[in-house]
Order: sequence, then C-alpha cells, then structure tokens
Amino acid sequence: MAKQLLLGNEAIAWGAIAAGVKVATAYPGTPSTEIFSTLAAQAKHYGFHAEWCVNEKVALEVAYGSAISGARTLVTMKQVGLNVAADPLLSGTYLGVKGGLVLVVADDPGPHSSQTEQDTRQFASFARVPVLDPSDPQEAMEMVIEAFNISEKYRLPVILRPTTRVCHVGQDVNLPEITSRNSEIRFEKGGDWVIFPSVSLRKHGELLEGLKTLGNEFSNFRFNYREGQGDYAIACSGVSYHYVKEALNRLDMIDNTEILKISTPYPFPEELAAQFLKKHERLLVIEEQDPVLEDAMLRLAGKIGLHLQLSGKHDAIVPGTGELNVDLVTRAIANWSGKNTENKSAAGKPELPLRRPILCAGCPHRASFYAIRKAAGKKSDTVFTGDIGCYTLGMMPPLSAVDTCLCMGAAITQAQGIGRAEPGRQTIAVLGDSTFFHSGITGVINAVYNQYPLTLVILDNSTTAMTGFQPHPGTGQTATGEMVAAIDLQKVLEGCGVTYIKTVDPVNLKEAVTAVKEAMTYDGPAVVIMKRACINLPEVKGFAPVVINIEKCKDCGLCVTEIGCPALVMETGQKPQVLESCAGCGLCIEVCPFDAIQGGDN
Amino acid sequence: MDIIMCGVGGQGTVLASRVVGETAIKQGYEVRTSEIIGMAQREGPVVSQVRIGTKLHGPLIPDVSADYLLGFELAEAVRNIDKLDARGQALVNTHMIVPPTVYLGISQYPEEQLIDYLKEQPSRLILINANKLADQAGSTKAVSAVMLGAFSALCPDIDETMLLTELLTRLPERVQEINTRAFELGKEFVEGETR
Repeated sequence: MAKQLLLGNEAIAWGAIAAGVKVATAYPGTPSTEIFSTLAAQAKHYGFHAEWCVNEKVALEVAYGSAISGARTLVTMKQVGLNVAADPLLSGTYLGVKGGLVLVVADDPGPHSSQTEQDTRQFASFARVPVLDPSDPQEAMEMVIEAFNISEKYRLPVILRPTTRVCHVGQDVNLPEITSRNSEIRFEKGGDWVIFPSVSLRKHGELLEGLKTLGNEFSNFRFNYREGQGDYAIACSGVSYHYVKEALNRLDMIDNTEILKISTPYPFPEELAAQFLKKHERLLVIEEQDPVLEDAMLRLAGKIGLHLQLSGKHDAIVPGTGELNVDLVTRAIANWSGKNTENKSAAGKPELPLRRPILCAGCPHRASFYAIRKAAGKKSDTVFTGDIGCYTLGMMPPLSAVDTCLCMGAAITQAQGIGRAEPGRQTIAVLGDSTFFHSGITGVINAVYNQYPLTLVILDNSTTAMTGFQPHPGTGQTATGEMVAAIDLQKVLEGCGVTYIKTVDPVNLKEAVTAVKEAMTYDGPAVVIMKRACINLPEVKGFAPVVINIEKCKDCGLCVTEIGCPALVMETGQKPQVLESCAGCGLCIEVCPFDAIQGGDN
Repeated sequence: MDIIMCGVGGQGTVLASRVVGETAIKQGYEVRTSEIIGMAQREGPVVSQVRIGTKLHGPLIPDVSADYLLGFELAEAVRNIDKLDARGQALVNTHMIVPPTVYLGISQYPEEQLIDYLKEQPSRLILINANKLADQAGSTKAVSAVMLGAFSALCPDIDETMLLTELLTRLPERVQEINTRAFELGKEFVEGETR
C-alpha cells in the first residue's frame, strides 16, 4: 500500500485495526482524541465495536470486561484520564486479561492542552503495567500491534504512551496489512476474575515474575537498541530520540556517539542497558517529563556496582519541566560535552499583541458567564468554581467568571468545600454538559445528601466542544452515529434530589440572570441549565451579523469591553464595528444600553 | 526543506500544512508535520511545521533554520520569524487579526513597526494581502489557497499542479472553483513580485 500522511493518532488507530481490535472505548482528551475518532469511523467497515464512554474509568472497565472475555480491546485517553481510571487499572493488572488489552495514554509535555505534565511511564511502573514509548507515528503504529501480542502473551494490560509530538505529528506512514483474526470470545466462568485478598497476594507474586521475564525479553525487543559508536554515550526515549540524532548531526558528534534507545521504560531492559553502562563511564540521559530512564539506569548502576557519572535531569543538564525540542537538546548535549553553541536571540522585536485563546464569536458560554456575573452583582465576592472545557476560558477578562479549575467535575465539589470552610460565602459552580456526565453527578448527589445549598450552572452546549465536538449521553448520538434516546439532564438532577432546576437560553439575558439569582437564593441545591448549542456544530445555523445603528450609538464601548467578543472591535475615538465572524447570537444587543445594535438572533 | 506556517486558529494553516505534506509524499519525499490542536484553536496563535526531505529526524524545526515561513497573519509572522534561516524566504499576509486584548487596552498591535521589523530581517520577504486576493477570487475563506498558490511560485521543489489537486481533493465541490482562482491569484502575485 502506498505511503500516506497520517497523524500519529491515526496511525495508532490503523495499527489497532490491523491487530484485529474487537472493542474500542474512550473518553476524549487532547492529545489522544483522534485515535478513537479514527477507530469509530472504521468500526462498521471492519466489524468491531466502538463507544465513547462517560469517563475513563468506565471506558477501562468496559474494555477490561471485553478483554477477559477474550477480545482484543483498545482504550484511549489523555494522561489525566488515567488518574480517573487508576482503580480498575491497578486491580486489573493483578487479575490479568485473556484477550489483549492495550491502553493508549497520551502524555502532553509542555503542557499544551492539559492540567499537568504527569508522566505515564511513571504511572505504568507504579501500576506494574508494561509501557511502550514510541518516537514517531510509524513506530507507534507498529508498537500497537506488538502491545497486543505482549498483552496476550503475558496476560497483562499494556500501555502505549505517545506524547503530543507523536500524536499530532504527521508522517509518511506505511499502512499495515489488515488481516482478519479469529479468536474464540467467550467469558469462562470459574477463572480468576474475583479480586480478593488471598487471590491478590498470589497474583501479585505472579505479576512480578511475569514482569521480570518480560524485562529480560525487552533486552531483545526490536525497538530497544544501541546505535552508533564513540566516546560519547546518550540514552533516550520517545520523540527525544529524534531530537538527539538531529542535535548530534548539528554538533558534528554523530560519528563519535553511541545512542541507547529505550522504548520500554517499564519493565526496564536491564541486560541491554547494563552492556551500555559497562562500556561508558560518562553518560547523558535525554528524556521528556520525569527522569524515568535516568532513575532506572542509576538503580541498575548501583545494582551491578558500576561507578558512573550519569547526567540528565538530576544535575539539570536537561530541563526538568516543559517540552524538549532540537534547540534545547542541542544546548544540553553541548553543555554536557563542553562544546559551545551560539545563542541566537532576536533583538529589538516590537511588542506583539497578546493573543490568547478565547471563546468563539457567538459562543453560548460568553452569554452564560455574562449572565452569571450579572446575577452575582458586579462587585460581588461570589466565588466562581470552574471546570475543564472550553469554558475554562471564562477566566479571561472581561468575563473573569472562573476563580478555580482543578479537574473534571471539581467545580461542584470544590464549591461545597469552600462553602463549608467559610460558611455564608456565596459560590457558583459552573461546568459543561459532557463534564457533568463524566464526573459531575456524584458531586450533586453529595450536595443533596449533605444538605449543601449548591448553586450550579450547567453549560449545556450539546457537545464535547473543546476536544472537537464528540457526542455524549445527553446528545442522543453514539460514537458510530446511531441515534439513541438522549439522557435528560433535568431528569437526572430530579433523580438526584435537586428540587430547583431551571433550563434557560443564556442569550435571553434577562431570563438567564433571573434564573441564576433565584438559584442563588433558593433554600437547597439549585441548578440552572444554560441550554444553547455550540456555534461550531454543523447543524447549528448561525444568524446574520448584528448591525450597529450609528445614529443611536453613543460610543460608550460597553459592547466591546463588557463581553470581549472577537467579532466586535472599536478603535479609540471611533464607533464599534462588527466583523464578518459575528454569528448573530445577539448578546451584544442585550448589553447595549442605547438599543443601538440590531439584527442577529433576537 | 523546512516550512513554518503560522497564523490564527481558523485560518487554515493546518489544512495548508497537510496539503503540502501530502503533495511531498506523492512526489516521493519523506515528510514530518507537526501541529498543535486543542485549546489554541479558539482564536489563539497556531503554528504548523512541515519538514520535507530524504533523511528526516524529528517533527520540530530548530530556530533560525526554516527555509520558508508562511505567515497567514502579520503579527503571527513576526512572532515566528526567528525560526527562519537568514537565507530563507518569508511570505507574509499583511491582513491583521487584532485580538480583543488590544480593544480592551491590555496590549497593542503596532502594524507599521511589525512590517518594518520584517523588512529589517536578513531573510527575503514578500508581503501579500492574501485576504484581499481571496475576496477577489470569491471568498475571504480562500486565504489558504492564495497562500499555497503563492508558495508554489516560490518553491521550485513542490509540484504546483499536484499541490493544487491535493488542495482541491480536501475541499467540497462548491468551493473548488473559488479556491482554484485564489490559488492562481496568489501564484500570479508572487510571479509579479519576483519577476
């Protein structure tokens, strides 16, 4: 088959299809999302099941059920998703699997679009799960297939851990051959599928034995190897491998350096690494995120009694935070080897405009936040607890309506904690529809149970917008496009015991403000659902841009400074202008005190 | 050959980088592209990197080493100009997308200074009003087509016909004519500038 430009995420999906995946599950999260989207689009054609799950814990549990029935199963998530799925992972590793179970957990050094820079290689070693660390899309695709084989051979879940620069990198990839694979799928009763203290002890022992054997096997794994030769010695993993090779070329050191590429940080291929360590006294380890290889090599050196000078993150030759790149790696290698590099920095660059990601023109969240601010009162001391999604951007001025953001679902629970610590302090929790289904419901039940007068605003835009518009239980559509009964937020809340629930259109500002005010004073948990679809959904028709009536406009500028819409601009001393990007939501019409804006949705 | 494409979320830099990458693969080259998807898409700054050649390493282009910089927006071109080699070629859309922070008084957009700064650079520079040309072709949304057409006239290694074909296969039929026109206008503009 001809080579194709595939993103790492697409390549991983094709690898899984080639490996004969039977069930795929996921919750969206950057940079992992497109793996599952690609799978979902192919599910019917290749005859496997694919579903977006409500969260990562659920996704892994569904996947685990399929795997112990003998099916090859893939589950994808971003790195913080693994925190949510930690419980089934750690127990599932003890009990093991029958069909191959591969978790693709995408890390995001930088971070570009994540809460933390946590290192899944570290998580894998904590959870005692083998982890493969690809350096580019082609390798990621081949490694998925290997991961299924390892998983079935050792009856263990296996993690593939790509990073942003593998997931969102395009490469000319050779697609694998897709052959049909027949395996008997049947859950056998009487297997070791019940976790129980005495079972755990036995399983723990078997697990450690298996990992030891696998660690030995990894010394001959085709993605772990030594390359080149010379006086210099550098160990690396993941995308850093490519940075190292390019940097060595730039520094003219490629012919005098031996590289050790480790693609299996856990279990660590000790035999291969020991040969490398014994040959060099001075070594450098280059890796992103945590010093995982570095620590493994330090341990190994101690174990086999080598006295080494091992550089890396512990002596700050390699940066301890952020993403690496060729320039940083070149500087690190130059520093370590005593070479000079020019530091070319641009002088005299004019001040550039501050361009931050913002809510789109016509975004319903802008109206919701504006209504929440209005209801709370301009100078109010109300704490706005926020959550994960596009609407985290509500923290930016002029909306400034997000004071906290911790993790999925925490808007609801953090509000309760703040209110408990500081009785009488008004809080308003704000989170999106997909996040509510992910992990908001338990927080609502907690508030009802413990009689906390929660004020919650659910921003229901009928999609998971931030990660690229995935459906969720409230949308009535599945990953593979089936139309199903949508789960009604209002009924869920009623079932949880919430007695004040109001659904409003946030662009209908007056109604929205009244609803939030009522919720704030309601005696008991109260929820306002701000319902309006994301402006970017294909089925949402925008309205004609609004028009400013120049006669009526008094140049007060409130339409610009109150809501920060990117479609409204105003040069000093001039009238405001409406740009082409205006979606006609009409929020500015409500904001203008002089009725000078017309048209749009209203 | 290393190409930086930068602009603002929604301008089509991701599309353009994939079109160039796919064309290069069809011409028999190895390709690496890199893009940042996610939070930055919402009117934030976006950068796509395309590397084309025979023995490629990682996906990221080192500083001061890109052969081409395609700036889809003026300020974003200045933000990324450090990536361009002194012998490189910048192609910069003079169209400005002024972020709300400027209207809120938090930052400024010094247009003239930015253009002067680009002119002071040792690299070669072509300024192009791609939005105007796209509008002339029939839609301001055809900016990527203008930029790709202009790029095809600058870069002898990428086959112009294949590049246009690759772009068109990724667009719905109803906008193909407009984009073909936009591509041609971009190309003609550069040919006029470099003649």
